[in-house]
Amino acid sequence: MALLQWRESIDPFRELDSLRTAVDRVFGDYRWRTGMSRGIFPALNISENKDNLYLRAEIPGINPKDIDITATPDSITIRGERRPAGVGKEVNYHQREREFGSFNRIIGMPCQVNPDKISASYKDGILTVVLPKAEQAKPKQIEIKTA
Amino acid sequence: MSAEEIKKTEKQVEATRGETTRGMPSFIPPVDVYEDKSSITVVADMPGVNKNGVSIDIKDDQLKILGKVEAPAPHETALRREYETGNYYRQFTIAAELIDLDKITAKMADGVLTLTLPKAEKALPRRIEVTSE
Repeated sequence: MALLQWRESIDPFRELDSLRTAVDRVFGDYRWRTGMSRGIFPALNISENKDNLYLRAEIPGINPKDIDITATPDSITIRGERRPAGVGKEVNYHQREREFGSFNRIIGMPCQVNPDKISASYKDGILTVVLPKAEQAKPKQIEIKTA
Repeated sequence: MSAEEIKKTEKQVEATRGETTRGMPSFIPPVDVYEDKSSITVVADMPGVNKNGVSIDIKDDQLKILGKVEAPAPHETALRREYETGNYYRQFTIAAELIDLDKITAKMADGVLTLTLPKAEKALPRRIEVTSE
């Protein structure tokens, strides 16, 4: 694909714009699918079937009461705080690698969901949120009529 | 929220034991290790592992922790993957003679393993009786 075409009068901004659109087309979708926008806790995996979207996050060792989830038809916000377990004062650390603190993440949904029917569960350190798709977002079976 | 924001850390792939036949990566769980007067405690984050999936092995001064996760949910199409799922493995060298091996306790809750290694009672100074003929 020729990204830049020679014309009599080149509008550099328009060319730049079309280049950006082309790059976005190639990488935008890829970035969304592979989660290249990393860096915000918690890491999320999203999957779907015909009726629901499933969002999973690894948040080990948190009290489920310390997780706060709010949703709109096209986004979900997960916030909370992971607190360290109280250890005695007479303790000396050899290694300290586990992270604690608050988190606050919003993520756009790939399709409309029904926020009233969202449910969430927490098991073995994994938060699972089930988001039923809005009726208009569900795939429809199209019947092919024969003449 | 007043608390400091939690840092997002990538899962570290554990590669010393070679590939798995299941084609699943194996990860190094982040740990806290602390010590008080009576015991050493190892706390490891292993999300997705339940208590049946943990095995702990002490042999030749090597403490090995293995956490097995259950297979991911089927019948779903992945749309976004920011973390991978796999087993956990980590190995520590410990002075086994300083630990009371019979009293080790392990607890698995909410994807966090807490392993308590009580210290062995210090060998009491032995009193040597001197007998006279």
